[in-house]
Amino acid sequence: MSLNNNILVKLENTGVMLDNKWLVKGVSLEVKKGKIVTLIGPNGSGKSTTAKIALGIYKNIEGKVEKFTDKIGYVPQKISIDWTLPIRVSDFMSLTEVLTNDEINNALKLTGVEHLKNNDLRNLSGGEFQRVLIARAISKKPDLLVLDEPVQGVDFKGELALYELIKEISEKLGCGILLISHDLHVVMSATDHVLCLNGHVCCSGTPQAVVKDSKYKELFGDRASTILSVYEHDHDHTHSPDGTIETKK
Amino acid sequence: MFDDFFIRALVAGLGIALVTGPFGCFVIWRRLSFFAGTLAHSSLLGVTLAFSFDINISFSVLLISSAVALILLRLQKTTKLPSDALLGLLAHSSLAIGLVVIGFLSYIRFDIMGLLFGDILAVNKKDLLVIWAGGAIILLVLKLIWKPLFASTVNYELAEAEGMKPEKINAVFTILMAAIIAISIKMVGILLITGMLIIPAAMARNLANNPKQMIIISIIGGLLAVVLGLYSSLEFNTASGPSIITAALVLFILSMFNIRKFKQLKK
Repeated sequence: MSLNNNILVKLENTGVMLDNKWLVKGVSLEVKKGKIVTLIGPNGSGKSTTAKIALGIYKNIEGKVEKFTDKIGYVPQKISIDWTLPIRVSDFMSLTEVLTNDEINNALKLTGVEHLKNNDLRNLSGGEFQRVLIARAISKKPDLLVLDEPVQGVDFKGELALYELIKEISEKLGCGILLISHDLHVVMSATDHVLCLNGHVCCSGTPQAVVKDSKYKELFGDRASTILSVYEHDHDHTHSPDGTIETKK
Repeated sequence: MFDDFFIRALVAGLGIALVTGPFGCFVIWRRLSFFAGTLAHSSLLGVTLAFSFDINISFSVLLISSAVALILLRLQKTTKLPSDALLGLLAHSSLAIGLVVIGFLSYIRFDIMGLLFGDILAVNKKDLLVIWAGGAIILLVLKLIWKPLFASTVNYELAEAEGMKPEKINAVFTILMAAIIAISIKMVGILLITGMLIIPAAMARNLANNPKQMIIISIIGGLLAVVLGLYSSLEFNTASGPSIITAALVLFILSMFNIRKFKQLKK
């Protein structure tokens, strides 16, 4: 297998300009099979925009985007369902993919919302809706998952469980994940590569490298850099000699 | 059997209701009722052109409606005016141009009332063929694009991200809308076609709890409205197009009562 075969999506020096203002500029990244790439950064730093560039939602962009798969699952940051549309959870599940009843049930079970299958989508709570969104994205067994703050509004216990689920799925399906998250603890523990954005790429690399970067400290403050040390006392992984995290099997 | 004018009217009306049922739902979901009205208004110009150049009415209406839809898409990108203002601009200017052209065609006697409100009782066998063959093609295309169309109706970006190609699908949908107006304009008329699209679908919204159910109820509602409307127009000697729309309205009102009863029962 050539090296290129593992790359699912590749951005080269991409940027988007809207009304003469750069939303984000000069972003290069690649998501490979089985790897989790995370975008962090303050509000308005271009995280969602970068995800949308990777997904091909923005048409007039600077730079180059190459996609090597069409099987993509997307959990957008914001989605609103028009009240004129009567739509149940089960209808929403098979929105872009033909799914069997079992596949729908299994996906909903994984995110803990199987009981809501026949509910109207508009009557779900924020956290429930988020779980349905994740279930929908993983139900089609995608090669590439793009998750834009996937656990917003989910309760604390559920949040950890869902992040674990996401990690489990990336391992089981071998899919690549492009994740946007504000939860630095999770980002630093479960991620292979981190991009710190603020209109452009401030710094990037392994979580360990990023945490030590002065630009990261500038953006998130001194306390953010202690996150990794807090995390390092967690014992479900080991470190390889070069400092990358290896999950215990 | 198609020799009787009333049977022809009935068959034509039922054929149109089968097509407007599902599309009416999409018009409501995508908030396109004003857009449908604009296409219908512009069809007057299509009709006059058909007379001027002696071409098929449905064909020239399809041509003009598609052109207006394309101009709209262009204007939305190049101007800063809101969509409803652009729609109003296109609807009334194309209607006005149509009426001006009629003035030049003084050698032809136009039945303006027939154009505005439709003349379902004057349907001939060729019209029936246009409605049923055209309708069948439109429904077939709808079935083919159902998944991406529905996905991009629910959420455009999600559909785009997951490879449903919403931009292309929207263009196909727009042409289908123009085609529906083209095949039904002679029967239902310029001013009432939007009603035929929206009222049965609105009724269905009151009763349905999922998209496919809404489409089925919308079709049934449209079929019922055609049957009730035509028989009552025969009974009370009223104009057929408006009678059908009135029947649809009655069904809509009944569906409102239904909701209230359900809510009371739940309490």
